[in-house]
Amino acid sequence: MTSETATGAGAAAGGAVRAYLTGHLREYGLLIALVAIMVFFQILTDGTLLRPVNITNLFLQNSYIIIMALGMLIVIVGGNIDLSVGSVLGFVGALAAVMIVNWQMPVWMTVIACLLTGIVIGAAQGYWVAYWGIPSFIVTLAGMLVFRGASLWLLEGQSIGPFPMEFQRLSTGFVPDLLPWLGEALAALAGVRRVHGLTMALAALASAAILWLGLRARARDRAYGMELEPAAFFALRNAIVIGAILFLSWKLATFRGLPNVLVTMAVLTLIYAFITERTTLGRRIYALGGNRKAAALSGIPTERLTFLTFVNMGFLAALAGLIYAARLNVATPKAGFALELDVIAAVFIGGASMSGGVGRVVGAVVGAFIMGVMNNGMSIMGIGIDYQQMIKGLVLLAAVVFDVYNKRKQA
Amino acid sequence: MHPLLEMRGITKTFPGVRALDNVNLTVREGEIHALVGENGAGKSTLMKVLSGVYPHGTYEGEILLDGAPVAFRSIRDSEARGIIIIHQELALVPLLSIAENIFLGNECARGGVISWRETWARTEALLAKVGLDEAPQTPVDRLGVGKQQLVEIAKALSKRVRLLILDEPTAALSEADSEKLLDLLLELRAQGVTSIIISHKLNEVRRVADRVTVLRDGATVATHDARAETLTEDMIVRDMVGRPMENRYPPREERRAGEVLMEVRNWRVAHPEHAERIVVRDVSLRLRAGEVVGIAGLMGAGRTELAMSLFGESWGRKLAGEALIEGRPADISRVDRAIAAGLAYVTEDRKELGLVLEEPITFNVTLANLAGVSRRGVLSRREEARVAERYREAMAIRTPGVHQKVVNLSGGNQQKVVLSKWLFADPRVLILDEPTRGIDVGAKYEIYTIINRLAAEGRGILMISSEMPELLGMCDRIYVMCEGAIVGELSADEASQERIMSLIVKHRRQAA
Repeated sequence: MTSETATGAGAAAGGAVRAYLTGHLREYGLLIALVAIMVFFQILTDGTLLRPVNITNLFLQNSYIIIMALGMLIVIVGGNIDLSVGSVLGFVGALAAVMIVNWQMPVWMTVIACLLTGIVIGAAQGYWVAYWGIPSFIVTLAGMLVFRGASLWLLEGQSIGPFPMEFQRLSTGFVPDLLPWLGEALAALAGVRRVHGLTMALAALASAAILWLGLRARARDRAYGMELEPAAFFALRNAIVIGAILFLSWKLATFRGLPNVLVTMAVLTLIYAFITERTTLGRRIYALGGNRKAAALSGIPTERLTFLTFVNMGFLAALAGLIYAARLNVATPKAGFALELDVIAAVFIGGASMSGGVGRVVGAVVGAFIMGVMNNGMSIMGIGIDYQQMIKGLVLLAAVVFDVYNKRKQA
Repeated sequence: MHPLLEMRGITKTFPGVRALDNVNLTVREGEIHALVGENGAGKSTLMKVLSGVYPHGTYEGEILLDGAPVAFRSIRDSEARGIIIIHQELALVPLLSIAENIFLGNECARGGVISWRETWARTEALLAKVGLDEAPQTPVDRLGVGKQQLVEIAKALSKRVRLLILDEPTAALSEADSEKLLDLLLELRAQGVTSIIISHKLNEVRRVADRVTVLRDGATVATHDARAETLTEDMIVRDMVGRPMENRYPPREERRAGEVLMEVRNWRVAHPEHAERIVVRDVSLRLRAGEVVGIAGLMGAGRTELAMSLFGESWGRKLAGEALIEGRPADISRVDRAIAAGLAYVTEDRKELGLVLEEPITFNVTLANLAGVSRRGVLSRREEARVAERYREAMAIRTPGVHQKVVNLSGGNQQKVVLSKWLFADPRVLILDEPTRGIDVGAKYEIYTIINRLAAEGRGILMISSEMPELLGMCDRIYVMCEGAIVGELSADEASQERIMSLIVKHRRQAA
């Protein structure tokens, strides 16, 4: 529905709009693709996809992929890749299980120890890449094998669980409703049984913030003569985004409210989007990936920066490992197997370039959701894992081919 | 002499641009035909049409070879007819041997099995022809640019070339290697090879070409007899830029040198991989405020290596030496420290080392001084745009806007972006390495004007250039470098091409 409106508007308007559209086809394309895929599966699953319980599930299932995609985006923008994240996720989950279940250590201490472990793992891999110039593909391929083996060794080939409630809440817990009166009022108004007030309040706040920031950026672009997004596109894009936020929040609010992981994920996404787009640190990472030699000769400490991208990736992989283990409520030797491929695919679907210097946090998150919705939708429909993998592979290829095709057309 | 090649009424358009507009070019059998014009005049496009990179049907007009029309669909087609292009960026595989490169795609093989005996024998014959004394098995990456150029020519000869096209063959070569190459071209002509040479260096054009065609803004302006006594370089330049150029170097208001800004003492640097090779030998030099000081020398004299090692030890391993800035010892052991000490280095290779091509002007201009457009690590887009806008005006960067990616700018404008980047870091000392390489005549003049302005502001400029006229036209003093050492120092009044060369030759003779 929405995608038709968007293309219709583009065709109707003049040449300037068309020029803008071809220049930014990728960004709109991603958003439109996500909406289209959701609509597609909503129809094919007879409305199961967007049921409150499934939406909650969707966030829980994809949280760890999105969290790792944030780190992977930065690694890839910096001109490297990390193949070890699936194994690191599994290893950290195993470590948490051993510490909590076998050794009876307190949860807070385990969480801190696990995150530190992730940082050390990232540093150990980043060291070889940054200071020895060993290709990251090789270093992290080694890491992938090492940490897969290490988790097998830690778990002695067994599954360890279950975790205490306190640890499970990392993933499956929900934020308590701090605004029950708002919830009751909304419930009465809509004639439903209950509404999570805080969820709707935050959704409204987020929507207002998106609109306000968008308008402010637009005013700035106009003042500095930057290429301006046509007003209709701006309105349509924001309508889709805000509409989606309100719609999904409503669904969540009428179920159990905000899952803890959704909050973690949203906060991390905001932080990383800010770092990559608004800080000198982020700017340096783009310069590093865009032209390492030029960056070095501009006084940018390229080695230390490369090192830090891996440290950060290790930290996020460890966090994802905790969330993953908490969600499954058990640590298994196979946890996170081949997950790195989903994460990397999400980043490339989101528009990052293999050669570095290109890619955005928002793109990676949307890319992860595209993968997530497809996984979820196909599972609901009962499509076998065999077909699922083939379809996901083709979608990844299609997204990158679309990128390259676009670039050629512009050149 | 009948024409070997005729290109008639060639028109080539890209979306929004008419790159070639009714261009005519006639090349006679057995001549050396020079093609000159500013960057963007359409020389390369014309050669791409000729060689089939732009296949028949994507342009208007016709191409006649030996009087008969031809329709090339790919480079393969044109090579089959003996038309061979040697591009500015050499197309050799660095890790393969000379012989493997020469016969790449054209191997001396039977049923897919290579006959090395035949390959090497034929390579030796070809190398003798181009005057390159190297074994056929030598890997190409062990050769300097000059010798690689000769390998390219040998490769062309292996394909029974009738028309050899050289795109700026001497741009990366030292004076001596350039001479050798030009001699080779004359020799090939004597053997009946026709060639087209694209060049910015008019003295070379005068030396080898029989005729010269000038392109401007995608159209043929004129074809001159290059042997005519009446033809002057100024006439060619006038055709190229469309206006008379009285002076190729801007005048300087007054030459007044201030106190010593930078002093380097006994700087000694070894090769990064071969520790025993000393590439910079005990170099000492001084630079005063308001001075433009040149470093002359041949390719491989160690000038770029000296500059890069001074700039944060970015090249090689420093063994000894100290640097003083404004009289005090300065820590320039890392690039960020060198920048903090007031140094800037504009690299020889702006695409590889100077710019992030896929990013806009704003990004590139602020890259060496992000602190100048941020507060507590948070960038201000507004400030960034303001800074870029300021330099766009000051440097006259021609662009639709400061948010344009630098990959879309011409060479001269890209160079202005690099200069802007360094000026925004506000250095006291600028080291400029080949600041006008690959830039057309008009833009060169602008760069020179900017350099003079910077000196007038009291900065010190250290300028490395392989074009001696440029050093003579711009510098207050010139250091002459040879084999890693400074072998002489000449004031502007003393300096001449002859004196520089004689210093180098004398040093070499002593060393030998």
